[in-house]
Amino acid sequence: MRGLMNKLVSRSLSVAGKWQQQQLRRLNIHEYQGADLMNKYGINVPKGVAVSTIDEVKEAVKSAFPNENELVVKSQILAGGRGLGTFQNGFKGGVHIVKADQVEDIAGKMLGQILVTKQTGPQGKVVGKVYLCEKLSLVNEMYFAITLDRKAAGPLIIACSKGGTSIEDLAEKYPDMIIKVPVDVFKGITDEDAARVVDGLAPKVADRNDSIEQVKKLYKLFCERDCTLLEINPLAETSSNQLVAADAKLNFDDNAAFRQKEIFALRDPSQEDPREVAAAKADLNYIGLDGEIGCMVNGAGLAMATMDIIKFHGGTPANFLDVGGNASEGQVVEAFKILTSDDKVKAILVNIFGGIMKCDVIASGIVNAAKQVALKVPVVVRLEGTNVDQGKRILKESGMTLITAEDLDDAAEKAVKAASK
Amino acid sequence: MARQASRLIQSLSSRISPHKPQISPLTPSSSSSQLLTQSRSFSAAPAPQPAVFVDKNTRVICQGITGKNGTFHTEQAIEYGTKMVGGVTPKKGGTEHLGLPVFNSVAEAKAETKANASVIYVPPPFAAAAIMEAMEAELDLVVCITEGIPQHDMVRVKAALNQQSKTRLIGPNCPGIIKPGECKIGIMPGYIHKPGCVGIVSRSGTLTYEAVFQTTAVGLGQSTCVGIGGDPFNGTNFVDCVTKFLADPQTEGIILIGEIGGTAEEDAAALIKESGTEKPIVAFIAGLTAPPGRRMGHAGAIVSGGKGTAQDKIKTLREAGVTVVESPAKIGVAMHEVFKQRGLLN
Repeated sequence: MRGLMNKLVSRSLSVAGKWQQQQLRRLNIHEYQGADLMNKYGINVPKGVAVSTIDEVKEAVKSAFPNENELVVKSQILAGGRGLGTFQNGFKGGVHIVKADQVEDIAGKMLGQILVTKQTGPQGKVVGKVYLCEKLSLVNEMYFAITLDRKAAGPLIIACSKGGTSIEDLAEKYPDMIIKVPVDVFKGITDEDAARVVDGLAPKVADRNDSIEQVKKLYKLFCERDCTLLEINPLAETSSNQLVAADAKLNFDDNAAFRQKEIFALRDPSQEDPREVAAAKADLNYIGLDGEIGCMVNGAGLAMATMDIIKFHGGTPANFLDVGGNASEGQVVEAFKILTSDDKVKAILVNIFGGIMKCDVIASGIVNAAKQVALKVPVVVRLEGTNVDQGKRILKESGMTLITAEDLDDAAEKAVKAASK
Repeated sequence: MARQASRLIQSLSSRISPHKPQISPLTPSSSSSQLLTQSRSFSAAPAPQPAVFVDKNTRVICQGITGKNGTFHTEQAIEYGTKMVGGVTPKKGGTEHLGLPVFNSVAEAKAETKANASVIYVPPPFAAAAIMEAMEAELDLVVCITEGIPQHDMVRVKAALNQQSKTRLIGPNCPGIIKPGECKIGIMPGYIHKPGCVGIVSRSGTLTYEAVFQTTAVGLGQSTCVGIGGDPFNGTNFVDCVTKFLADPQTEGIILIGEIGGTAEEDAAALIKESGTEKPIVAFIAGLTAPPGRRMGHAGAIVSGGKGTAQDKIKTLREAGVTVVESPAKIGVAMHEVFKQRGLLN
């Protein structure tokens, strides 16, 4: 029974936990944007001002924090591990607690600089804005998250009276301290639900009714903004008896972009892989990796399997790319351009099993792309499915130097061989 | 060859009389004998339940029939021999499309055509509502092809599904379901399939076609292929399909195609182990090389916090006696091998 509870709990936490380590999702928003959004919903957040220039720093310190002795200065990048990161200019640490008169100096060392952390990769990320926050004296740190849970088939609130870091260690050691409250989607969050959550959090000084209201507001934000995850770690108590979301991670459902225009406008392309930004513009499903074989496939499952089989044959995939079932010739051309502009790519593998996607459309796209882009690397093409004969004929008649393959194994072997030359 | 000939005959006959109701070459009937069958059906026993959700008797309407995708795939379904009996596009009720009657609502369509299944080609903002409508009309089966339905919408659909037992949903974000030679509901290319003995259940679309292609190539063919789709909240899962396959005499072997994210494969492994079945089961899990934390196309394909990895799924399936192949090119060959080892090849 305890083992089962452990499993259940750690599975629920699997979505919420270890979030500090991986923030690479399609839509990720900055800490200051998350705080601003929560503030709009009446959720208590530390007072903070986001600034992009030294003048703005001066102004903020003067007008927003006239009475503070100390402030927290936080680099805003879309990756975790900021505290232990190092700037390319040598300055150490992306998060500092400093005296008010040092804020300008410290912020100056961060703004416009590149911060490298365990999660950014060696190239780091540029710090466009810095978030100046009040330094709170926190009485207690708890954990709170709302997620859409597959097992519960609905929204699930997870609360733990101990927060801060290592929530998953706690899940292992003290599973009974973690409370899970599923919410009925049709009823919405009831007072009873919220009260159970607060009991699970077991705040020491925060007012119980206020806390219940805060939980309900968090749930409202979660639903209205199509979040897939809202994690607050730590959810803290201040010495003024309030619950405050000291740090929050919010994930939004990409599928809801059409009805969450405001949220999706918060996207910061400066934090993203430029290849992925270009792909998004062409409405292509692309994820950049760092291998040598560029891939173009139709269908996410087949695209993953193509990456797998390349590895299986000793190669390294440079990307995941799903052109989907309705890709136009123009999109195929764009996809090809992105693949060929990647310096690491030594060979390209096109693997298409046409269902809705027609092989002749892909073939025409490849031929057109080759006309527009200088093809410097070998291209292996494997076509099967709808209009395969037309597709193969178009490629043959183009006079392009292409390596054709019959099945997945053949295609992967040839691509790996071509890349190693 | 015979299939191509029958398709040719059908397309010729439709060109001769474009407004004649489409006739499936596999269930020969003319308009008059259709009437006869209908009147007979009021007193005769109802057709037996399909072994795996659909068969030659399934009567299908298309929600979104007049849209681009709806039109194309309804044409394809008719050509394949699926019993397409009507369509639904609000405000176009009373008109005809592709020789089929169009209705304003699912309830009207069901009443007039005696349909028991629906396929949905409706854009994401309206798809969840379309599923709910089909559920309220108490159709036996709803297949939702649409990719991109917001998760919050699907969670409500799921909650509603769980409160009733009349309607089954397959999908969303799925290629559909096909019983080769009898009924094709979805976007899969019909011609790669061959009636046979392997049941296939998959979260992917095009990767499924690979498995179909391979099992056709090794001569085994398919009994029924179910695409359950790539979303985290869906109507039918591996467990539901495996349960049917285990009980279906036509299904002698089962192929599972999974991917990273969630625990559906692990749940299936538990069921398989407990069943003690001797039917050969082969699986492939995509995403062994996917980086953690990234959503790999499908909304449900994400490894989070170390859970939902391909490695875990492969291990759990192997412990249940499933043959898990590491190369997607070897699925058909592996199944053939297991059949051979167990003396199942005739």
